Amino acid sequence: MEILLAIMIGVLYASGIYMILRRSLVKLIIGIILFGNGANLLIFLLGRITKGAPPIIPGESEVFLEAYADPVPQALILTAIVISFGLQSFAIILVRRAHKVVKTDDLDEMNATDEDS
Amino acid sequence: MTHQLIIYPLFLQILLAILLMFFWNRINSQRIISILGSTVNLGISIWLFTAIWEHGTTTVQAGNWEAPFGITFVADMFSATLVLLTAISGLAVSVFSSGSIIPDRLRFGYFPIFHFLLLGLNGAFLTGDIFNLYVWFEIIIISSFVLITIGGEKAQLEGAVKYFTMNIIASMIFLTAIAVLYGLTGSLNMADLAGKVAAIENRGLVEVTAILFLIGFGIKAAVFPLYFWLPASYHTPPSAVSAIFGGLLTKVGVYALIRVFTLIFVGDAFLDQILMGIAILTLFSGGVGALVQNNVRKVFSYLIICHIGYMIVGLGMFTEVAIAGTIFYLIHDIVVKTNLFMLSGLIYKINGSNSMRVLGGFYGKYPKLSLLIFIPLFSLVGIPPLSGFWPKISLINAGFTTGSYWTIGAIIFASFITLVIIAKLWAEVFWKTPEDRPRHASFEYFSDISKIRKIQFIGPIVFLSLVSLYIGFGAEHIQLLSSRIAEELINNDQYIDAVLNNGSQMLEK
Repeated sequence: MEILLAIMIGVLYASGIYMILRRSLVKLIIGIILFGNGANLLIFLLGRITKGAPPIIPGESEVFLEAYADPVPQALILTAIVISFGLQSFAIILVRRAHKVVKTDDLDEMNATDEDS
Repeated sequence: MTHQLIIYPLFLQILLAILLMFFWNRINSQRIISILGSTVNLGISIWLFTAIWEHGTTTVQAGNWEAPFGITFVADMFSATLVLLTAISGLAVSVFSSGSIIPDRLRFGYFPIFHFLLLGLNGAFLTGDIFNLYVWFEIIIISSFVLITIGGEKAQLEGAVKYFTMNIIASMIFLTAIAVLYGLTGSLNMADLAGKVAAIENRGLVEVTAILFLIGFGIKAAVFPLYFWLPASYHTPPSAVSAIFGGLLTKVGVYALIRVFTLIFVGDAFLDQILMGIAILTLFSGGVGALVQNNVRKVFSYLIICHIGYMIVGLGMFTEVAIAGTIFYLIHDIVVKTNLFMLSGLIYKINGSNSMRVLGGFYGKYPKLSLLIFIPLFSLVGIPPLSGFWPKISLINAGFTTGSYWTIGAIIFASFITLVIIAKLWAEVFWKTPEDRPRHASFEYFSDISKIRKIQFIGPIVFLSLVSLYIGFGAEHIQLLSSRIAEELINNDQYIDAVLNNGSQMLEK
């Protein structure tokens, strides 16, 4: 299971970076989304995957009796997902506005800011 | 009790931001609230600064969770100083924006977002938890995205796409680094991490994690191979926005680099080599980049990059004198860079252009203003006794003791090239006879605006120039402060102790 997840994270990172490197604005957004999901899954994986062991201490005990799923990474992912969701929605609106104003989908043609003025 | 004081700057900024949203369409009320709020914030920051100066590092544990488990807020001397500088720049830019930004832009919630940005900055400086640092970074970049796009001009949107992409990538890399670090140590508290990272046997993996942090923060700080988004975007928004970006946003990256590389990843020769290499190349490429630009604001953008190099150089040498130089330079640079972008806005308002080809004759028309502008420009170059001079002594001194002569060469080269650039700027903008240009009918020139708005333009520049003069002439005090910060950063036991042990003592009480 862990090895499968590791491979998937690798694929997500690679395809995300590949898409960001393309010249199209839409592919840029897809790339950012894939990259973000890769990072979130990585946090999940690094909390060690433990099946069916919630982090609850039994009533009669004071400490954990057996291996348990670390709850911290899951809290972190939740935060990270919400943040990346916000950023991605902003990205989509920004790209739509940029496309309307600049009238191109090609990042190579967006070079007005590099011109001498 | 002083330890509650740490979160007052955060509370104040979030309260201001929320309050300002209730005055969405009432621009004048927003201006007054923002300026008053920033003044109060300056008061609180001075209070915090003096309290920390007297009592040393202070911590607050959120929800009274003991140190490595909850979120910790830590105010050591370094954080308190940066919060104070944020308040100084924040007040100046708040006054400057209420005069310089047109009401059409203010109507889209400029001031609330501005205070959210300051909230993020204060939070990033005060947090002691690495994931919390990531969250503050996100607050900063989301606010900065809105500020950079507000108005929606073509150049702004193009600049924003580049700014946005690079900053998101930086955040993702930072998040990846946090994930790997958590996997290695099982902790997120920076003081706790310091001990746990030092105990890891697989140094290769630690170095890879450190490099991930270096890339993530390096993009934000705009160091050598990662800076190209900065000159493509910083000159596009209104100059008040550029001022806060140029003064503080890249410095958050530098702050994070200094924090992480003096606390968590310490004493790795390989990393120090990389930092030095990056710093030297940043000094060279930023300087040479600025030399060929013709737009005043683009020149300043490249100078930001160039001078980031000075701070990273000190971090790379990693001696107490070098770190003191870095901190002194950071203090000087925040004030001067904020001021530079504000005065580029003033030049634009007076002449209707920022291109050095068409500008000129400023000195003939406004001799007193020119003398005022002289102060930040030549503080930047570091003509003694102005403020940029003193930290370079520490840095060069440290260069001799560590035997890194390349660094000394780069520092001197970058100072020299800055001098050339500023001299060129002075000759082109202030002395040269300008071409006759027709006045734009639709543009509101400086001579047309009311007296109170003129004060809003010039007041903040005078204020920051005075601060710069103080840093230059009162260098003794700043040197004392930066030496103390450097001492605290190098001997980080005291920071770790304050975080990990104070929390439990507080609970026992």
